Amino acid sequence: MGCGLCEVYCRLEQAASKDMIKALKGDSPRSVPRVVVQRKAPVSFALQCRHCDEPYCVYACLTGALQRDPESGTVLVDTDKCMGCWTCVLSCPFGVIRRDTERGTIAKCDLCYSSGTPACVAHCPNEALVYTEIESPVSTE
Amino acid sequence: MADNLTEAKYLIIGNSAGGIGAAEAIREVDEHGSIAIVSDEPYPVYSRPLISEHLAEGCSLERMLYRPADFYERNRISTILGQKAVSLDLAEHTLKLESKSTISWQKLLLTTGGLPIVPPMKGIDREGVFTFTRLDDARAINQYLGGAERAVVIGGGLIGVSVTEALVKRGATVTIVEMKDRVLNTILDEEVSALEDTALRQAGVDIITGHVVSEINGGGKRVHGVTLDDGSKIPCRMVIIAIGVRPRLELVNGTGIKVNRGIVVDRHMTTSHPDAYACGDVAEAYDIPYGECRLTPIWPNAYIGGRTAGFNMAGRPTEYPGGMAMNSMKYFGLNVVSAGMVVPPDESYEVITSNKNGTYRKVILKNGVAVGLIFAGDIEQAGIIRGLVQNQINVSEFKQSLVADDFGLAFLPGKLWRPELEVPAGAVVSPVAAEEPEEVIAGE
Repeated sequence: MGCGLCEVYCRLEQAASKDMIKALKGDSPRSVPRVVVQRKAPVSFALQCRHCDEPYCVYACLTGALQRDPESGTVLVDTDKCMGCWTCVLSCPFGVIRRDTERGTIAKCDLCYSSGTPACVAHCPNEALVYTEIESPVSTE
Repeated sequence: MADNLTEAKYLIIGNSAGGIGAAEAIREVDEHGSIAIVSDEPYPVYSRPLISEHLAEGCSLERMLYRPADFYERNRISTILGQKAVSLDLAEHTLKLESKSTISWQKLLLTTGGLPIVPPMKGIDREGVFTFTRLDDARAINQYLGGAERAVVIGGGLIGVSVTEALVKRGATVTIVEMKDRVLNTILDEEVSALEDTALRQAGVDIITGHVVSEINGGGKRVHGVTLDDGSKIPCRMVIIAIGVRPRLELVNGTGIKVNRGIVVDRHMTTSHPDAYACGDVAEAYDIPYGECRLTPIWPNAYIGGRTAGFNMAGRPTEYPGGMAMNSMKYFGLNVVSAGMVVPPDESYEVITSNKNGTYRKVILKNGVAVGLIFAGDIEQAGIIRGLVQNQINVSEFKQSLVADDFGLAFLPGKLWRPELEVPAGAVVSPVAAEEPEEVIAGE
């Protein structure tokens, strides 16, 4: 539907205040949504990091801030090490790595690893977002 | 750490992106085979691009580390650091070190990097002349820097502009002397070079193009200034040579390993010797937009080349996907990215540009296939276009949308993104337990 609620709840999840009004209006620095709704009528879809098996962003990262967790396969950024050079932004073929210009680091989806189900999935009113492990031999590559 | 080491299944010469990429790949395949890394630098692997931050802001070695402090131990990698490799014997499979000790190896990776190009020039050995490719260079400049320094930077490429920005942040007055007609001329087009030129000048940097330094002048041993090819003189107390780097080949010269401008490698990163591999700034690896092997001395190519070499060394046949020149810059706050071919070599290329709302976008096509890009301003979606270059996608049908200011993945034909986003038909899916996150699938 392109309602954009995933973006809103992603920002809430990232916000230190955990308060919707502050997350969208008051917080400084503001939280950057890690999911972005792509719209080109009649198509719309929510897009966030694909957590690639061969993550080009991780290989391109100049400082070692981006790493793929070998156990879960999640691609995570250590924002203390990120220097905001945007080399990963240029390397991501999906264009899903955002620039958090206030903090001078990238902002990317971490699958809400600390809280379980990703906020974008939990709050999608149309259940268009599915959080699942694909077990069949059908490749998602 | 490993002074008594005399043999290694995998021997890696070079302790930067390529060497680490290889070591990590080897450990994915072979948990126990011995790995040794040799480097003439005494430090654990650090992010070389961060030497500018070190000079500008005193960024510590701890913060510059590319991998955690326990990386080598955790991966059971022996390190021989601060020691030069002096001679290579391919028939015997051995490497002799400066200390006279010898290491025998089964598989070898040559990732010796590049050396700064230093032209023969009168006064080049004066005190106050530096290069800028390693941490020790940044440290030496830092030690030499006085207050209100005046510096001449020879070369207006990435290294030259990086050191210039760092020096300006330290309060120095800098003049860049660039031989060609514009700064960053190998990675940007005229339009964006002009933007960089303006940003540099606004920061107080003087830029002289179309000239070279012919002599470094001094009083006693110290630098006092430079003389240009037209006879004009610029007073300064330090000179940074930033002309570029060339492959560091002294170890392979005379061994019979095939060398062109760099070490020649195939798509498995194998050199002309079946047990010796090469990657990074020293190797000529496959470049996608050019469709041939060439030098592209950038960090991501070194890592991926190393990763490819590592898999092959450990017995998992893997092909190098191919690389391309690719750079992201934000000198003095100006965001610029470029990748692949940036200036079409002849009329057979098609160029699509737009310049709207403070963002310049340029995509270069050859026979309908994307081969290069430059973005300045809002660069966030440039990666999608770099992906099209990487995958050699014919974009004729939607080429104008590539430079649209609201461009995004949805502007591409569904067949390019649907398979990556949708749950595949017939896939067996199972809910993920909350504590074991795996993958997000987005539908419409």
